[in-house]
Amino acid sequence: MLSIKNLHANIEGKEILKGINLEVKEGEVHAIMGPNGSGKSTLASVLAGRDMFTVTEGKVTYMGHNLFELSPEERASEGIFLGFQYPIEIPGVSMVNFMKTALNEQRKHKGLEPLSSSDFLKHMREKKELVELDTNLTNRSVNEGFSGGEKKRNEIFQMAMLEPKLAILDETDSGLDIDALRIVANGVNKLKSPHNASIVITHYQRLLDYIIPDYVHVLYDGKIIRSGGKELAFELEEKGYDWLKKGITV
Amino acid sequence: MSTEIVNTDIKIKLLDLFQENLSVIKNDSPDYINKIREKAIELFSKLGFPDKKNENYKYTDVKKEFDNGYKTYLSPKNIKFEIKDIFSCDVPDLNTKVILLLNGWFYDRENLLQELPGGAIIGSLQKAMEVYPELVERHFAKYADMEKEGLVALNTAFVKDGIFLYVPKGVVIEKPIQVINVLMDEEEGFTSHRNLYILEENSQASVVVCDHTLSAVNFLTNSVAEFFVGQNAHFDYSRIQNEHNGSKQISHLFFHQEKDSKVTNNTISLHGGVIRNNISVLLNGEGCENNTYGLYLTDKGQHIDNYIFIDHAKPNCISNQLFKGVLDDFATGAFNGKILVRKDAQKTQAYQANNNILLTDDADIKTRPQLEIYADDVKCSHGATVGQLDENAMFYMRARGIPKKEAKLLLMYAFAHEVIQKIKVPALKDRINDLVEKRLRGELSRCNSCQMHCCNT
Repeated sequence: MLSIKNLHANIEGKEILKGINLEVKEGEVHAIMGPNGSGKSTLASVLAGRDMFTVTEGKVTYMGHNLFELSPEERASEGIFLGFQYPIEIPGVSMVNFMKTALNEQRKHKGLEPLSSSDFLKHMREKKELVELDTNLTNRSVNEGFSGGEKKRNEIFQMAMLEPKLAILDETDSGLDIDALRIVANGVNKLKSPHNASIVITHYQRLLDYIIPDYVHVLYDGKIIRSGGKELAFELEEKGYDWLKKGITV
Repeated sequence: MSTEIVNTDIKIKLLDLFQENLSVIKNDSPDYINKIREKAIELFSKLGFPDKKNENYKYTDVKKEFDNGYKTYLSPKNIKFEIKDIFSCDVPDLNTKVILLLNGWFYDRENLLQELPGGAIIGSLQKAMEVYPELVERHFAKYADMEKEGLVALNTAFVKDGIFLYVPKGVVIEKPIQVINVLMDEEEGFTSHRNLYILEENSQASVVVCDHTLSAVNFLTNSVAEFFVGQNAHFDYSRIQNEHNGSKQISHLFFHQEKDSKVTNNTISLHGGVIRNNISVLLNGEGCENNTYGLYLTDKGQHIDNYIFIDHAKPNCISNQLFKGVLDDFATGAFNGKILVRKDAQKTQAYQANNNILLTDDADIKTRPQLEIYADDVKCSHGATVGQLDENAMFYMRARGIPKKEAKLLLMYAFAHEVIQKIKVPALKDRINDLVEKRLRGELSRCNSCQMHCCNT
């Protein structure tokens, strides 16, 4: 589904990603862990198409497409979803209007008719229940005045609405209390299918108590320095990152 | 009749025009009006046009707009038409009372004054001067300050017709009143209508004014409206400016508010070549509330200049100003908002904000918030911003599959929404929502409401 080969990216000349390699197949859940500043969020942003980063080297293939030939909106319509670490507030744009526009634009991209208002509302009601999202939130402007936890839950709600093939969740767990975390993880697990995949970027092993990854990768200084099964996460929790850092020559 | 202006200096031209047509101008006007007229022409002669040295007109050269050879309308032009044949309103289904001005003259010459439920009167100001002299004399030219402003003096000197609204004590007019200002002619024209709104104690009314051009020729308007809002009266006044880009419009609104009165004023500028809106508010009693809001969406070579002056003369009043604008292409604009809190106006709350989005490097806005406070126990704030569309929000929407163009529209619309949601009449709010969306999409042709398609070229 997704194949990243030797990906290098920089921001204003400063190299952040220094040769990432990663293969993600349908049905898989990958966790990417690593200390602050290792390039986790940059990787997520580059995959979603943020233009503040410049890709200098490497190749990313997604569902047979050269990813870098697609605009952010085309990537989204082709099934890539980025759960933002810091969801953006958009005063004046209602959640309903936002989701309706997004969903129907994606349908248009696929050559489908827009959903009728009643079908849309039905779809929305179902997904809201899935992530236990307060009804009042969808009547408000996008993320405006939402608490930290509400914003993250809203990301999962949007993911549920848009039913992506590849979900990239950028630290969706940070700042969540245990109840919110459980709801978020529950949402992710329910949306899991043999046909889609997730990349879960996290700081904390605790999320992985709820979302069981097939693979765990450690990103450090712009490179994946270790990959393994879910047991790698437990090891990291126990020992921290230092023992891995020592293993590489700086 | 109409008169060509041919002369050298535009001030002299207008003074000559006045003298040459004195009998026509004075005819049909009662003496008390003509007395004011004499004073006004003197003042205009003294003050002339505000030039760019005048701080309040620094960013808009109004004088040059008058130097145009346009004809003036000293008497009503007899164009016969069925309004519904040529014009379907942009704000339909409002269940409103619709009043029409054609080139500054009350259109329905058979029905110059109409009675509304409760004894309220709507109609032609010229006719009201004759039929209700006491009422008009008590208020006419009492709030529009011509000592300071040559253009107000000019309007007063040539005063003929416009809207007259009288709402007696305690009367509530439930239906909004819609005034449509239509400019239509084969030749370029200069219009200067004069409007007087009198709301007595405890009365309530809401008025929607739509400005339209229905022919492709250039127009200039220099209009004045005076509003007396009596004790505990409530008044909503919304304007939709939707003239073509060959039109120049200067308007002067003067609100005089008595104790505990409340005024909400929305100015939505969608189209127009040059627009200068002067809005002056005098809070002349305790407990007044004034809300002055504006939204301007400009592109190409359009120019918009809003000048607001709020005079807190008495204690315990609240004023809110919110003006927002989106400027595209090489459009230019200015916002000048002045709040004066006089010495005795303790416990004043006065807020002002002006936010602008520039969509290109060539678009330009000058914004000048001014506070002048002489009382010591007040809450005041002012702020102005000039920015671009939020890149983070753009990316957020695109990452959900919303194309760039659509994301940009949603953001502009969201920006404008804050002003629109302050419109009180729900049907009007919905309609303006649609109009603004169309305008932002570029689908609102200045003529989409006009069946004549005269200016599609």
